[in-house]
Amino acid sequence: MAEPLIRIEGVCKRFGDFAAVDNVDLAIEEGEFFALLGPSGCGKTTLLRMLAGLEVPTEGRILIDGKDMEGIPPNKRPVNMVFQSYAVFPHMTVEQNVGYGLRIDGVAKDERAQRVQEALGLVKLDGFEKRKPDQLSGGQRQRVALARALVKRPRVLLLDEPLSALDAKLREAMRSELAIIQDKVGVTFVMVTHDQDEALAMACRCGVMNKGVLQQVATPSDLYEYPANRFVADFIGSVNLFEGKLVIDETSQALIEADGARVWVDHGVTGATGGTVWAALRPEKIELSHREEGGHRPPVAAGTPEGANMLAGTVRHYSYLGSETVYEIEAAGGRMIKVLRSNVRRYEDRGFDYDQPVWLSWSPQSPAVLLS
Amino acid sequence: MSTEQPWSRAKGPFAAVFTAPALWLLFFFLVPLAIIWAYSFGTTQGLTDIDINGTFSNYVRIADPVYIEVFVKSLWYAALTTFLCLVVGFPVALAITFSSDRQKVWLLLLIMLPFWTNLLVRTYALMAVLRTEGFVNDMLGWVGLGPWPLLHNNFAVVFGLVYVNLPFLVLPLYSALDRLDRSLLEASLDLGAGHIRTIFEVVVPLALPGILSGLLITFIPALGSYLTPDLLGGPDSQMIANVIERQFKRANDWPFGSALSFILMYLTFFAIAAQGLVAKRRKGLEQ
Repeated sequence: MAEPLIRIEGVCKRFGDFAAVDNVDLAIEEGEFFALLGPSGCGKTTLLRMLAGLEVPTEGRILIDGKDMEGIPPNKRPVNMVFQSYAVFPHMTVEQNVGYGLRIDGVAKDERAQRVQEALGLVKLDGFEKRKPDQLSGGQRQRVALARALVKRPRVLLLDEPLSALDAKLREAMRSELAIIQDKVGVTFVMVTHDQDEALAMACRCGVMNKGVLQQVATPSDLYEYPANRFVADFIGSVNLFEGKLVIDETSQALIEADGARVWVDHGVTGATGGTVWAALRPEKIELSHREEGGHRPPVAAGTPEGANMLAGTVRHYSYLGSETVYEIEAAGGRMIKVLRSNVRRYEDRGFDYDQPVWLSWSPQSPAVLLS
Repeated sequence: MSTEQPWSRAKGPFAAVFTAPALWLLFFFLVPLAIIWAYSFGTTQGLTDIDINGTFSNYVRIADPVYIEVFVKSLWYAALTTFLCLVVGFPVALAITFSSDRQKVWLLLLIMLPFWTNLLVRTYALMAVLRTEGFVNDMLGWVGLGPWPLLHNNFAVVFGLVYVNLPFLVLPLYSALDRLDRSLLEASLDLGAGHIRTIFEVVVPLALPGILSGLLITFIPALGSYLTPDLLGGPDSQMIANVIERQFKRANDWPFGSALSFILMYLTFFAIAAQGLVAKRRKGLEQ
């Protein structure tokens, strides 16, 4: 396999006793759109700044293009950054901002003008050359920052929370536009964000960080469907967790006995040591059906052990969100379970309402078993 | 942005707070200034009387090359002092800006420390440093250089003025630099500029209004310096304030001293107006 474009090896960054980044190993391939995702203060921005050379790792090393970046200042690295605040120079016009890096590099005037024009065209800012940053909207300023970084043709473009300062509509539009731009220029993008939707929608792969530790690196769908631990399961999307013990653990099935619930899955659990495990069940993977006195139970998969993958509950609350409705169901023992139902029809003869008795059921393929 | 009413609309509290300072300014600043202004159009009568007869003779006398020379020299020394303060003070202000918060407090304290000592005491201390048997010449003597004439000459005056006025430039410079958005500097580094280049391309242009007002704050007191040229200077080191002082004391020519004072004040106004104009033009350019 080819050498990855960015290789991060055992990188730590400590501020006094506090480890902002704790022993991170990560490889990012050429041409990838990689997102570093995590709550604020998880160390993702510090990691990005170490790639840019604005912070120096306490331990470990960073290789870009196979070259050790130790001791190489930010101005000598083949990376450019789009800052969270955009950091557009207020005393320069759009044109001067975008041309700044080229002027510093001593690119000839004609070539500079041409490349600035290309970059402005790429971010759809043609005609704004002579404007000053205070005459631009936030979205336009961000485009200037993007053009200013891309015009230098970096090997890696670093984006620090690029969409966080934009309003919701613009953010949505910029998401796809950033992806299109990345596709066009073919530069490797490394983006930091706390917004999981943003990361899942834009990135090829995501790294989830918490408290300085890289929790999992995977494609968006793998992060969602195969979370590595409870933190990832909970941070990406919404999840119902059943804490319990493994009572059956065979190659083709496993049964988790949780307090008041039994979760059966159609695969064995690797690495389980007999301690506590968690079954993570996404709200949209739970089926909701009416429960009546003496009525039928909803069907379950063949071979499901008695009472597994099914819970009796009562609707306690629901939030109607247009395309879907989120139900909060109280199951036996007071356990609250979130269920998401798509509103596939405009109206239903028998909907679900407050205090209605319901059955919750799910397939053995739905729960993810977590060991930590 | 604020939709609040300007608080000066609250007439009662406004009057309560501002009457006392306004009266103070009127009686202890504007009235004495007006008296001096009136004196400048008069002539001395006998030993103590001044006849304010509307003559311009005092101003005409200033056109004498002797006084013009003193004015030019004062402007030159003040400008040189300001420039040297900038050369010395800019790196200092930059260093304070980029030091840790804890160090910052101490460094700023060190900058302000001289203010806690009387100017006269500091000037005498400087004399001890610069005189022929002073520390500097002693050290030069050990390495076989000197002694050099460091005191009672023009060098000593400019040296002393830089020493006295440096904090006046460092503090506004620091406040201008400290306000800069750090991410702009990081962006400049990220785009390929080294630190020195970043200072000239980003820091200086953005901090320019602060730098200009700092220069003015240093230039004005330097222009009116009295004690420093008096104690550290030689026979040819007089600045305009020394000449003014002589008119009020030994020469007993208050009308001429008043005229000189007002010319000095007009020069100061001119400097302030020039700075204001530059600041306004810059603002206009930015929009």
